Amino acid sequence: MLQLEARPEASKLWVFASPVLALALTVLLGVAIFMALGKDPVRGLQMFFWEPIKSAYALGELMVKATPLLLIALGLGICYRSNVWNIGAEGQFVMGAVAAGGVALLADKETGRWIVLAIVLAGILGGMLWAGGVALLRDRFNANEILVSLMLVYVADMVLSYLVYGPWKDPAGYNFPQSKTFESVTQIPRLMSGSRLSVGLLIALAGVGLMWVFLFRTRAGFAQQVGGLAPAAARYAGFSSRKALWVALMVSGGAAGLAGALEVAGPIGQLTPYVPAGYGFAAIIVAYVGRLHPVGMVFSAVLMSMFYIGGELAQSRLGLPKSITGVFQGLLLFSLLACDTLVAYRLRWLRGRA
Amino acid sequence: MTTPLLSLQGITKRYPGVVANQAVSLAVMPGQAHAVLGENGAGKSTLMKIIYGAAQPDEGQVFFQGQPVSIRNPQEARKLGISMVFQHFSLFDTLTVAENVWLGLDKSLSLTEVTRRLVAKASEYGLDLQPERPVHTLSVGEMQRVEIIRALLSEPRLLILDEPTSVLTPQAVEKLFTVLHKLVGQGCSILYISHKLHEIRALCSACTVLRSGQVTGVCDPRQETNASLSRLMIGAEPPALARTPHTPGAVVLSVHKLHLAASEPFGVDLENISLQVRRGEVVGLAGVSGNGQRELMWALSGEDTRAESAVIEVAGHPAGRSDPQARRLLGLHFVPEERLGRGAVPTLSLAHNLLLTRSEALGAGGWIRMGALADQARGILARFQVKAAGPGATARSLSGGNLQKFIVGREIGAAPALLIVSQPTWGVDVGAAAQIRAEILALRDAGCAVLVVSEELDELFEISDRLHVMAKGRLSPSLHRAEATVALIGEWMSGLWPGNALEATHAPA
Amino acid sequence: MVARESMMETYALLIAATLNAGTVLALAALGLLINEKAGIVNLGAEGLMLCAAIAGFAAVVHTGNDLLGFAAGMGAGAVLAAVFGLLVIWLGTNQYATGLALSLFGAGFSAFVGIGYVQEKLPPRVPFEVPFLADIPWIGPALFRQHPLVYGAVALAMGLIWFLYRTRTGLVLRSVGESPESAHALGYNVRRIRFAAVVAGGALCGLAGAYVSVIYTPLWVEGMVAGKGWIALALTTFATWRPARVLLGAYLFGGVTMLQFHLQGTGVDVPSQLLTALPYMATIVVLALISRNPAWIRVNMPASLGKPFQPGS
Repeated sequence: MLQLEARPEASKLWVFASPVLALALTVLLGVAIFMALGKDPVRGLQMFFWEPIKSAYALGELMVKATPLLLIALGLGICYRSNVWNIGAEGQFVMGAVAAGGVALLADKETGRWIVLAIVLAGILGGMLWAGGVALLRDRFNANEILVSLMLVYVADMVLSYLVYGPWKDPAGYNFPQSKTFESVTQIPRLMSGSRLSVGLLIALAGVGLMWVFLFRTRAGFAQQVGGLAPAAARYAGFSSRKALWVALMVSGGAAGLAGALEVAGPIGQLTPYVPAGYGFAAIIVAYVGRLHPVGMVFSAVLMSMFYIGGELAQSRLGLPKSITGVFQGLLLFSLLACDTLVAYRLRWLRGRA
Repeated sequence: MTTPLLSLQGITKRYPGVVANQAVSLAVMPGQAHAVLGENGAGKSTLMKIIYGAAQPDEGQVFFQGQPVSIRNPQEARKLGISMVFQHFSLFDTLTVAENVWLGLDKSLSLTEVTRRLVAKASEYGLDLQPERPVHTLSVGEMQRVEIIRALLSEPRLLILDEPTSVLTPQAVEKLFTVLHKLVGQGCSILYISHKLHEIRALCSACTVLRSGQVTGVCDPRQETNASLSRLMIGAEPPALARTPHTPGAVVLSVHKLHLAASEPFGVDLENISLQVRRGEVVGLAGVSGNGQRELMWALSGEDTRAESAVIEVAGHPAGRSDPQARRLLGLHFVPEERLGRGAVPTLSLAHNLLLTRSEALGAGGWIRMGALADQARGILARFQVKAAGPGATARSLSGGNLQKFIVGREIGAAPALLIVSQPTWGVDVGAAAQIRAEILALRDAGCAVLVVSEELDELFEISDRLHVMAKGRLSPSLHRAEATVALIGEWMSGLWPGNALEATHAPA
Repeated sequence: MVARESMMETYALLIAATLNAGTVLALAALGLLINEKAGIVNLGAEGLMLCAAIAGFAAVVHTGNDLLGFAAGMGAGAVLAAVFGLLVIWLGTNQYATGLALSLFGAGFSAFVGIGYVQEKLPPRVPFEVPFLADIPWIGPALFRQHPLVYGAVALAMGLIWFLYRTRTGLVLRSVGESPESAHALGYNVRRIRFAAVVAGGALCGLAGAYVSVIYTPLWVEGMVAGKGWIALALTTFATWRPARVLLGAYLFGGVTMLQFHLQGTGVDVPSQLLTALPYMATIVVLALISRNPAWIRVNMPASLGKPFQPGS
């Protein structure tokens, strides 16, 4: 029978191979799902893995989707490495969008370009404020951050809903729950004409570099992670767990809020109840599949965007429900967790002992 | 020739990276107290796990009463009549004594019946136990009594005891031996695992010695000397430590009437603790674990900053409220008793683990200079003869002894004014233990103040200039090494030092 | 006189609605309690309940039989919990991450499978009544016109108390949660016991999920469990892992949920979104208050909760 045997040292090979194997498993399961639904699996795989990268325009769209995922995941990576389980990035994203939208709505035809900076800052602050609530409750009241951050997601959705159905509803919008479309001056600058790629991508890539330096070359980053790896050692060293908690939540809240601002003042262009697109949750998967490593997360963000775009294409061209994206994302995470076992353990065949 | 009760032949057991037992043979006669002697890491615990059914041998055979048996789990062992008293107790803190005992017996009995039997058995052996008490309210010695009663209630033919005396005062050890002698007299065999030579000679009539997973000798310990047993155990006599007399200098650590409530639900309150450590002296803190040593270490290292500022002074500066980094700046360095998880992060490299307490390899703004860090680590590996693959090896890939040498080296390398060490050689092989003790003495000779907390009295006698004893959160007066005897320290471990007010119902654990 | 009667009536209906709402939380939280007593925390409760909800709904749509709906829900819950258990207990994956994965997967999977059922309606429900007791003025409508599962939840809580504190099997379960290492050393098969607890807990969460879509609001909408799985997780902590307190807490939260509808009905001028947000905010507040004393939680919490266990380590 198969037995798991602990490895004396974590396998470096499997640290990289595990996500690849997980992806392969997911693809296999995906093929099975396609076949069970009576759809051609080859076409299905095409939607997910070929269409999103086959042209420059497609690649551009891929990066547009990947940008918020990467941004949020970078923040979550710091959180999870610090053993702070922020699950409410979705709520922080929404509140960042709300704050950014609020500033954007202040613009009129006369406003200058500086408002873009204000919008972005508002988004960051909005996300930080929302995450700050989680930090405060854990710091002062020892309340579990998983549950608090999650509850705040529902509350954030309600705040958004209240605003777009109420005070911020566009009077000229035929009573649809949406805010006014933002003035064009509020648009996040595009990287090149003809593509929806925005400066956000550059910010995200800069974030990758910053996170790498912080985590691997600074004492502050080291202190941050020791708390997540061995809390007793962190206490022994004198690394402040309070500081680590606040840093983790402020950074991830700010990142999620920034992503929200970029989305709302970018592709969406107004506040609607559909602003929460699940990026906050998908980013959790991006962070994990990327091994909580900034460079890894670039790859996993691209992969997850492929799932998103693939899901949309599968809906429009194959008649499959868009929620298939969620299924694949969940399967990917499950497979990754299972394959990760191989990092710490070896599979062995044991001749049957009684 | 009588058939042995238990016979192991050619037992081999491999774990990834290490051969724990290599062709081990062992024979225990009925009604015999048989010792298994070996230093830490010799393979004793693995062998016991095999006998008790918690592990399966890769090669070899186990015979019980002459019949080959395959013991697949502890329940089968119990059915054969093999019972075990664990070194690290298998007790459930929030359950009562009776419930704990019940869980260790097979299910055919009811709780009331078990309670009745446990009270009867306890009084038969003169052990005092209240069945309704939750285990977390018991002292460590009382917890061991629960383990023993649980083992006795299964009417064992063979009782295995794994290092039972590390948690007992010398007086309690005597009481335990009375129980064991009675058991042997009734025909039960005992397998006694220990590395303490005088205990084995006091209790056992046969001894199998293990070294590095192999049997190096079988003898009658009553006929052997400490030296000959030691030679079998480690291949040589233990190196003698040279202690030069020394006049201590200025006070480096001063604790004045420290009162601290326990910070954990099952912790110990510290009461009125006062002590001083001077330059050039080693002060030893004796005591059975669970009497407040953990809490005192937290308060001294800075992991617990609730003490009043002036109550703890390091090099003349009030430090009661300072965190560990501030105390390090004052010259206080600390080696904790838990290596993996507290003294070092298991999954990080040795080089990275340096950053926990040393900052020489840091540049401006906290930038980590990776090259300098690796060099610093290499330096420690060389100076302290740490066997490791290199500065990049993870902490958990090192053996217990080597990791401890690294951590001690890390702290000593900082040229501290005050070094506090908790359980310096627990679980460490004899060679490394001797090296660590020599380093501590060298540090003292160089003028550092050293405070050592240890459960091993022998060790404290070897390296301390003065001794204190901790009992129930209180500290005894100081005792010069020359005035200290095992019997006296043993009494003080039960709190019986002059001037210590005790509850009337206190009984030595 | 008439006005007072109708106010009494309103309160009776409010109590009845509270019991109904609380039952979902109670069933799920009691299931999670079984998990946690064995030391396993299943953050996948929400996803599990969503899958069970669609499973139950679909079963009733196709067979018209409520019991089959509940069975389908329990089955879905048990299967998903078994997958979770295999990963966490045998492969040693991180409990929190795996639970999260289950929640994310469950949300996506239930939405995916449920696409075809969005417009479906269930056959009209027969109102339930306990004979004789239902006719008692005021108390009858308040307490005795409930679906049998409401009483089932109460019976379950009592049964759990008996099981956990008066039987040896319950003691073994608690000991596994307290110290899996000690239980393993004594020869108990910790992994199998934990697995059984996880599957049992999953089946109960599944039952709760099916209750939502079959009885509570008989329809299917993506995400209809709306966080009740998460609230149930919080509940087991508030209730310090005691079944009776779990039941009480469940009804309290049910009450908060009902308050929202009641206030909306009385035309109080509060934005509806604030009222909808009430249960979530209440959860946060109670969490904060309860967690303030970490020592108290630690004494009551199964000591191995959330920590991995591998025999032979």
